[in-house]
Amino acid sequence: MTIQQLKELGADTDQGLARCGNNEDFYLRLVDMALKPDTFNELKNKVEENKLAEAFEAAHALKGVLSNLSLTPIYEPVYEITELLRTRQETDYSKLIDKMMEERNKFADL
Amino acid sequence: MNNAIITTDDFVTKQLSMKRRVLIVDDEEINRLMLKNTLDDDYTVLLAQDGREAFETVKNVKGRLSLILLDLHMPVMDGYEFYELLQKDADFAKIPVIVLTSEKEAEVKSLKMGVADFIPKPYDVPEVIHARIDRIIQLYEDKNIITSTQFDTLTGLFNREYFLEYSTIFDQYYPDYPKDVVAINFNRFHVINAVHGREFGDRILAAIGKAIKEYVDSSKGLACRYNADLFYLYLKSADHEETLYRMINDTLNSILGVSDTHVRIGILKNADSESDVRKRFDLALLACNSISRNYNLHIAYYDDKIREKEQFEEILIRDLDSALEEEQFRVYYQPKYSIQADKPILSSAEALIRWVHPKLGMISPGAFIPLFEKNGLIGKVDRFVWRKAAEQIAAWKQKYGIKIPVSVNVSRIDIMNEGLTDELKEIVAKAGISPKDYFLEVTESAYTDNQSDIFSIVEGLRKEGFTIEMDDFGTGYSSLNMLTSLPFDVLKLDMVFVRNIHTDARAKKLVEFILDIAKYLNVRIIAEGVECKEQYEILKEMGCDVIQGYYFSKPVDSNDFERFIEEGLNSEVKQ
Repeated sequence: MTIQQLKELGADTDQGLARCGNNEDFYLRLVDMALKPDTFNELKNKVEENKLAEAFEAAHALKGVLSNLSLTPIYEPVYEITELLRTRQETDYSKLIDKMMEERNKFADL
Repeated sequence: MNNAIITTDDFVTKQLSMKRRVLIVDDEEINRLMLKNTLDDDYTVLLAQDGREAFETVKNVKGRLSLILLDLHMPVMDGYEFYELLQKDADFAKIPVIVLTSEKEAEVKSLKMGVADFIPKPYDVPEVIHARIDRIIQLYEDKNIITSTQFDTLTGLFNREYFLEYSTIFDQYYPDYPKDVVAINFNRFHVINAVHGREFGDRILAAIGKAIKEYVDSSKGLACRYNADLFYLYLKSADHEETLYRMINDTLNSILGVSDTHVRIGILKNADSESDVRKRFDLALLACNSISRNYNLHIAYYDDKIREKEQFEEILIRDLDSALEEEQFRVYYQPKYSIQADKPILSSAEALIRWVHPKLGMISPGAFIPLFEKNGLIGKVDRFVWRKAAEQIAAWKQKYGIKIPVSVNVSRIDIMNEGLTDELKEIVAKAGISPKDYFLEVTESAYTDNQSDIFSIVEGLRKEGFTIEMDDFGTGYSSLNMLTSLPFDVLKLDMVFVRNIHTDARAKKLVEFILDIAKYLNVRIIAEGVECKEQYEILKEMGCDVIQGYYFSKPVDSNDFERFIEEGLNSEVKQ
């Protein structure tokens, strides 16, 4: 995984790097940690189980991390999910979840 | 990174090269690491992943943190709950908290709760975060320094310097407004510390400070804890004293229950704004101290009587040295008689001081002895008496060929003097008399006040041959158990015990009991203050060895005393 690759996938690496004091290794290590499947699966499962409060906590946490690392393509669907969950909207989340997973996988496959 | 404001903490960071501690509380590891990376160079960064872990950390470092960066959404214990917990501890509540949040509502809510600032998510560039953190830390440190120097930490009242400063400002703003100066102090407060521990005493002082603060806040005045258990108030003139007395007394009683610690309030009414502010507080304190021995009075005003007493005492202190040089002091002698033979026999005398002042005339010992005892000058007076009495013993021996032992007073302060034994030895040697004929009176309360030292000192004096009389027995609270281990040869029964033995069966019983104890301890007894024949006869019948008092004679000068010696010699010749 390189900065260049992340950039090509649409991450705002300049911003993300700046938050890490322009330390590329450190930034890449954090991105790697952020892409671990656990939190994404957690969110997906909670939504599917209709446990919206817990799903919101998971989405909120994920949103924070993704925004700090400026992984914009994944951040966008997570942001939408978070806002819907904030008011516990009983709606079809599957499209947004799929989109999130799809973007996450692109990055994780690097 | 730090700029120029000098704080005590700067002294620590620069002098001791210590870094300030910052605690980051966030459940997301990535967020924690990111902030840590930003701050690591300049701070010691501690990490916690939820409120509970964070609180443990705060406790572990005893609240010694310069800042807490706090996420709000966390499992186990969220940021709000943690913040509330923090505020419950006075020390932890001083730590500034910056909230990490991505939501406007949360920003407003947390600022309203009292957090120092917030940092939005996603984070700004490290420089911005850094600057923001530095600024908050500095702001809080300066704030704490100002509070910690302006206020007494225990009570929250002003400390003395600021109090005096603000009193002056008060005068400047209200120069023509009548003002009262109040001193509040306590009788036997040290007993609370001794019995219940200092922490308990501090708790009481804090509660009293709080009550005083409420009072001065509502009456637009100011107050400080000047030292220990002494408080000063500066107020616009009004009827403060009764309210203050009730309030403080209630506070004291509510914590302490019934006790012999009492509040004393001294007031200088309508204080003159012109005089030095410190002087005014001294005067209120004088009034306050004027009732320190009177348990029935709680409020005293600085008035002409106190002013006169103060001036009188100033004169006595000022004139002491010249009085000693010019021999204005006279030593008087009161005879002590052995009463167990058919006829009373002159056995010894007590040396007592009199001051004939060239302007004030005869000054009662009651006026200057307590004063000089308080300020330590009594040592000078004692030395004068010691020398004179020794010379007198020698003179009588020379003149009549007999030894009349004389007892002299050894004050508390003399016992503290390391050279005491040598000094006394030198005095008797110089006069050419034996220590056996030189009696030393040590007041009972000197024994009970500082046991360990006095034991060895008095024992040392006895080894040198001096006879020790325990003076004022019955006023110094020796326990029976202590009596058995105290070193002394003679017990002088205070006059309060003798006063009613001829009219009150219980008083008589008590003296009988004390005589039994003396027999058991194998010490002689001298009864003081014997004034009439009935008292004399009762004491004789009870087996009391020696008596002293107006029944035989008041204290007289050495010339008059010779009459008693001559009488004794004559009756011996007749026999």
